[in-house]
Amino acid sequence: MTDTTKVSRPTGDGISFSEKKGTDIQNHTETANVGMNRDFSDDEVIIGLEIHCQLDTRTKLFCGCSTDYRDDSPNTHVCPICLGLPGSLPRMNKKAIEYALRVGKALNCTILEESEFSRKNYFYPDLNKGFQITQYDKPLAVKGHLDIEGDDGEKRVRITRVHVEEDPGRLVHKGGVDRAKYTLVDYNRAGIPLIEIVTEPDFRSPKEARRFLNKLRATLEYLGVFDSEKEGSLRVDANISIQPKGWFDRFGKGKEDRGRVEVKNISSYKGVEKALTFEVTRQKNSLRRGQKLESATRHFVEARGVTTASRSKEMEQDYRYFPEPDLRPLRVSDWADRIVIPELPDARKTRFIEDYCLSPTHAATLTGDWQIAEFYDNLPNDLKTSTATATWVADTLLGELNYRDMTIRGVPLSHFKELLLIRQSGEITEKGAVEVLRSLLDQQKERGTCELPWECIERLGLKVLGCAAPGGKDPVTSAAEEAIAENPQAVADFCKGRSEALNFLVGQVMKKTRGCAKPADVNRVLTGILSRGE
Amino acid sequence: MITERDTEHIGQLADIAIHREELAAFTSRFNEILEYFDLLDQVEVVESIEGRECNVFREDEVIPSLSQQDALANTREKEEGFFRAPRVM
Amino acid sequence: MPGFTVSFHPEDRFFAFLRTVGEISCREGRLSGIPVAVKDNISTAGIETTCASRILEGYIPPYDATVVERLKNEGAAIAGKTNMDEFGMGTTTENSAFGPTRNPVDPSRVPGGSSGGSAAAIAAGLVPLALGTDTGGSIRCPAAFCGIVGLKPTYGRVSRYGLIAYANSLEQIGPMAANVTDANLLMGVIAGHDPRDSTSLDFPYLHTPDPEIRGMRIGVPEEFFGEGVDPRVASVVWEGISLLERKGAEIVTCRMPSMAYALAAYYVTCTSEASSNLARFDGVRYGPPADTKKTWHESFQERRRDGFGEEVRRRIMLGTFTLSSGYYGKYYAKAQAARNQVRADFERLFREVDVLAGPTMPTVAFKFGEKSDPLSMYLSDILTVPANLAGVPAISVPCGRVEGLPVGLQIMGRWMEDERVVDVGYAFEQGVSR
Repeated sequence: MTDTTKVSRPTGDGISFSEKKGTDIQNHTETANVGMNRDFSDDEVIIGLEIHCQLDTRTKLFCGCSTDYRDDSPNTHVCPICLGLPGSLPRMNKKAIEYALRVGKALNCTILEESEFSRKNYFYPDLNKGFQITQYDKPLAVKGHLDIEGDDGEKRVRITRVHVEEDPGRLVHKGGVDRAKYTLVDYNRAGIPLIEIVTEPDFRSPKEARRFLNKLRATLEYLGVFDSEKEGSLRVDANISIQPKGWFDRFGKGKEDRGRVEVKNISSYKGVEKALTFEVTRQKNSLRRGQKLESATRHFVEARGVTTASRSKEMEQDYRYFPEPDLRPLRVSDWADRIVIPELPDARKTRFIEDYCLSPTHAATLTGDWQIAEFYDNLPNDLKTSTATATWVADTLLGELNYRDMTIRGVPLSHFKELLLIRQSGEITEKGAVEVLRSLLDQQKERGTCELPWECIERLGLKVLGCAAPGGKDPVTSAAEEAIAENPQAVADFCKGRSEALNFLVGQVMKKTRGCAKPADVNRVLTGILSRGE
Repeated sequence: MITERDTEHIGQLADIAIHREELAAFTSRFNEILEYFDLLDQVEVVESIEGRECNVFREDEVIPSLSQQDALANTREKEEGFFRAPRVM
Repeated sequence: MPGFTVSFHPEDRFFAFLRTVGEISCREGRLSGIPVAVKDNISTAGIETTCASRILEGYIPPYDATVVERLKNEGAAIAGKTNMDEFGMGTTTENSAFGPTRNPVDPSRVPGGSSGGSAAAIAAGLVPLALGTDTGGSIRCPAAFCGIVGLKPTYGRVSRYGLIAYANSLEQIGPMAANVTDANLLMGVIAGHDPRDSTSLDFPYLHTPDPEIRGMRIGVPEEFFGEGVDPRVASVVWEGISLLERKGAEIVTCRMPSMAYALAAYYVTCTSEASSNLARFDGVRYGPPADTKKTWHESFQERRRDGFGEEVRRRIMLGTFTLSSGYYGKYYAKAQAARNQVRADFERLFREVDVLAGPTMPTVAFKFGEKSDPLSMYLSDILTVPANLAGVPAISVPCGRVEGLPVGLQIMGRWMEDERVVDVGYAFEQGVSR
């Protein structure tokens, strides 16, 4: 699919320069219906997102420096190009463009017949050249969509555009940005390829925005172009406003009744929902107090979970975009047509439901992360078609990971596969399996490594206790005999035919065997001894 | 016509300070030049299907970077491997 | 690698060099031990490279420009860095932050610019070969004013990697020499594909000049002899063109209507690009260090005010304005459209003729300070900018004198037909010397 449309660019024709300045900053508050006794339940939240993701290429966008900089000293992954030394020229990384095309296709976008890079000019120490090479009026891909689980069922989120750009360097302000005497600059990050994905303002709650991001992350990982585990690999700016219900759908972007706030600097998935929820509350409170909502830029402070008004007086920004003369344009729509997109989360979910007989909820959870989906897909067939396994992975494993703030990455999946197999064989109990899982995860979190499941089972003595033939001395029988000896009253009650007494005794035996006995065995052994004793 | 105020504003946009005493001369030069640029008004903008070359790429192969020492060789303002720049606020 | 050392201690009476290298180690090759002067906007590893600007004082590139690498591979001795108009912005070399170069032919006059140092170094006999750069005539103008040969290659034929950008879409590095044969030799060394420059094209230059021009059609655009062209210069150039006719070429007069706005298109384009290119000199990574006691913007604004000369600041501000919101359409977009029309004019003419000929500059070399207002200085580039706008090759060869001052004959050719303009230049040179 190709399209020659361009994003329109404002071209004025020379009204007086000083006249123009004033007209840029306008707030659309004149029609705001402010008043203390207004019913705000009729408002709706309008959210749009701008997402920056680092593409997981080996080298930077415009030079051959390695992108694997995270544990290295500052300014060790730099060269004349990404330091912006005079005379150096950018060289476009083919892989970065291929990755971006995969994203464009996966998001159902139209790949433009011709796209090009432009310079975005502004002055800041994180820029190596005094401009950022990005895409402006001819982005790589436009007009796509991604379906998510919305607040009221399935929802189609429209994608405005997908474009490629370079990451700026990293600034360190010792003692905080407002107190640092100077700025430290590291250009290791400068030139890492980013894609910017812009959505239409289609979200009606912070939760929807969060769900979209989760789906997007999964999609990017399925495409093999993104590693969400890398610190700072995702950054989100969000536009958020509260409008009278129906207003936005009727009048559209730019005609909002109340001002729109742009929240910048959100760098985690959880942060997005937190920042947006905070902002909704803040804006609603302002409305309740009868204050006008004006358009503004705010920054999200992750540590405190709040947004703060931008301290820097943002001057009228004029980025003076123009086509990057050192790069050739792209004509890649044919190439895009040849790129084959792998199975994406929705397709995999359907397959999991159909092939493994999973519930839609389990299937959604298990396919919502590429690593987990791969893990599940690679389990033996009899395991992955069992609801018990699905429950164990989707609820237990993911729940325990979440509890520890861990992710599936960096966890030795082969161990968990083995644990699942042991659990299925009945050699440990359900409770024992959970105990092993917890221990392994704790070790992993603490030391970055863990025992083999068998080692753990042995160490904790969680192997299901064997039960010898009647008359033999095994741990279950010993425990049963002890329990009987210690609880004559219960034995008496049992003899009177009160079945609750047996349950009590089973509980006692389970306690003594630390849960390693199978309840059925305990039941059988207890009944055997008691009936002999009669 | 560009006024002195406009010239100051362009200076702001370009992040170039202008000495007060230069302002008048700068402004009048600007106006002469911009007036000359008005010749372009007669040109019709037509979307050109030009472009001899496109899709010039490099493979995603790592090329050794500069050493930290070489990277920092052209400045005195450095600290623990970082470049030192003026504070932003 | 067997190597040897060349000493270079010239008596630089005209201030052609900003700095020279005394003892230069070289290897064997096509240019073994030949001292070559390099314009100071071309990066030389280990040798300070300033673009004749205070803002780059002390900057020592950690890498060689591709052309310098190619020179070294052929055994050339990189003799030193030549003076220029700051960042290439000028037509006289008066805009150097370190003082003007004087014209060896008449030291009371400018050598032309912006590659004035390279031209003067050759005219004064200090080196046989020099590299210049040509954004809107910066090789051809000083070649004409100093009475030497200068070639602006087809855009993309010579790598720009390592050339400190002034206006990326217009400029090319090119050879300057006392005669066409030497310029041709140098062109052969520096031309060729370079993957480090995405605008570089794979057209190697392997050529021996051929003076045979019988049957060649030479177009002479009327506009090249229009308003502003000194009639004495015009008459010298016409004589030169008749010489070509006598050697068997057919002379055809023609028209180039896009000349009406070519200069405006050029200045809008080059200032726009420059405003962006020159934003990187913030003193953080190289150049005189930024004042870390001030805030970023204070430090940056003052550094740009004090570190750039007046003309550079003017062009940065002009370019900032022509790209600014609300004016992009009126200036930058129109300039690109005009540029396409210049290209179209060339294409149309080159269906009828093989090369175009005319004066390189409308006048002979100016006296120092003669062109005090910027616009009249800009107007003197009118005959050289069309080739840059269209990306076609153009050579300037000496073609007689007016009151003892050199006049240049300019030959422009089809895209990638650098060889042909060299041949015509060579034919002319041979005709004159005979």
